[in-house]
Amino acid sequence: MRKAAVRRSGGRAVGKGRAKRVRLLELAHARSGDKGDTANVGLIALKPEYYPLLVKQVTAARVARHFKGMITGPVERYELPNLMALNFLLHGALDGGGTISLKTDAQGKVLSTALLRMEIEVAQ
Amino acid sequence: MTSQGSPALPTVRIAAGQGFWGDWLEAPYRQVTGGPIDYLMMDYLAEVTMSILQKQKSRDPTLGYATDFVQLMERILPTLVERRIKVTANAGGVNPPACAQAVAAAARRLGLGGKLRIGVVTGDDLLGRLDGLLARGHELNNLDTGRPLRDVRDRVRSANAYLGAWPVVEALRQGANIVITGRVTDTGLTLAPMIHAFGWKRDDWDLLAAGTVAGHTIECGAQCSGGNCLVDWERIPDLADVGYPIVEARADGTFDITKHPGTGGRITVAGVTEQLVYEMGNPAEYITPDCIADFTTIRLAPAGEDRVRVSGIGGKPATDKLKVSIAYFYGYKAVGTLVYAWPDAYKKAQAADGVLRQRLKALGLEFEAILTEFVGAGATHGVLGLETADLDALPEVQLRIGVRSSDAAAVERFTREIAPLILNGPPSVTGFAGGRPKPEEIVAYWPALVDKRMVEPCVEIVEV
Repeated sequence: MRKAAVRRSGGRAVGKGRAKRVRLLELAHARSGDKGDTANVGLIALKPEYYPLLVKQVTAARVARHFKGMITGPVERYELPNLMALNFLLHGALDGGGTISLKTDAQGKVLSTALLRMEIEVAQ
Repeated sequence: MTSQGSPALPTVRIAAGQGFWGDWLEAPYRQVTGGPIDYLMMDYLAEVTMSILQKQKSRDPTLGYATDFVQLMERILPTLVERRIKVTANAGGVNPPACAQAVAAAARRLGLGGKLRIGVVTGDDLLGRLDGLLARGHELNNLDTGRPLRDVRDRVRSANAYLGAWPVVEALRQGANIVITGRVTDTGLTLAPMIHAFGWKRDDWDLLAAGTVAGHTIECGAQCSGGNCLVDWERIPDLADVGYPIVEARADGTFDITKHPGTGGRITVAGVTEQLVYEMGNPAEYITPDCIADFTTIRLAPAGEDRVRVSGIGGKPATDKLKVSIAYFYGYKAVGTLVYAWPDAYKKAQAADGVLRQRLKALGLEFEAILTEFVGAGATHGVLGLETADLDALPEVQLRIGVRSSDAAAVERFTREIAPLILNGPPSVTGFAGGRPKPEEIVAYWPALVDKRMVEPCVEIVEV
């Protein structure tokens, strides 16, 4: 439902200025890993001018909504402006994590690209 | 020490040879032969590796270490001696003395008697001391859940404190060419040669943090030199011949990340950044036994082809605790898979899952968890992206179903319910050539903290 709503607004003027929705894949790269049942996703701006967009729009709450149904705990966000990066901790993301987890991605290695599916608004 | 860093300061070159036990066997050989290095650093210990090694040691008191390491050393020892390259490795597992004896024997076979000193770092193993620690009020609560260790005490398989760089430094100070440790942090294996080479002090927090960041950058091997790198991945050259990373460290705490000339892969700011954020918690507080490193202070800059300069790193005093890695028996699990083909591959896999679950229920089997994934249709990204996928067109979907239970018999019975689906479930099914899935023991990880004063690292030298 949520993704469908996002798609419907694609390419449309949003708010006052003209803006379009862009996948994070076009604006950032990422790497993810695990600590127990918590996955971390480091999100890194591809260009310095993209970093403020990430800071403003890729909030912990937004990431929690993005991963709704996939994680059982809260999302925390840390900023690393020196690396143009945000670090997200996704708690309860790994079915117990480590050796306990039954998941294919028991260590959250590809939650990085799952986050890059998110779309944010970029001024034209 | 070599002195080939770009700035006119002496440098020490520390090369990563293994990012984990099972990493590329050729990497350490290439690191010692591909160009000048001063140290070869190798990380062998993952969180539950110690429990596997403890089991091996209980069966044979001369085992309990990374046996691959001894074979590797046999291959590279002559080069190490000739080029005066030193080694730091946590390959000792739960039996560093036995590992050292095996390496010493290999060295003697190669005619290197009298040419080597092996440093052995122990004191991390707390398995035999757990009850004493608990009796003295050290509760070793689970850092993630808060549960007291007493809940699982009778199921503990291994318990090791993470030691830092200083016992490795002591071994180097005593003239060790090869330092073999038990549970020393990955970062400590890289930091120790810097402390030793530059005479850094125990309260040089910024410098210790710099060495720690250097360690974090190369501890996963090629993951900072082009491996598993998302940025521009299709154009990263020659991963077949990927060069593993080398830290060129300077006494002022700045360092370069580079690799041997002519090797594949790529070292860029973007790639190094990916590794820096890997397995990151709170970036302002990367806690190790040696210091607290602040990753929000790190400055990265390109410094030539396949070279990134790292500077500006700030650190804070270490805490008075050590992390303890405890492994305990948790239960059993098994995972079975079948592949369903077009047409309606996804629907057939879903139907098969329904049939299987109904049968498990009818058998009255109790599981702590049953997890179904459809590989090819959302196994890794869940519902994200499924809305836009043409699920009817998928050529095939793998049904992957796993169960977890404290009841070994229930898990074993589950493993017998997969194959029948080939003939008595939905059609167009294949991919069962591997046979019945095998129940596995789950040995789980229990992170805890212990007061530093309760752990006494020990350094011994074995003369070869």
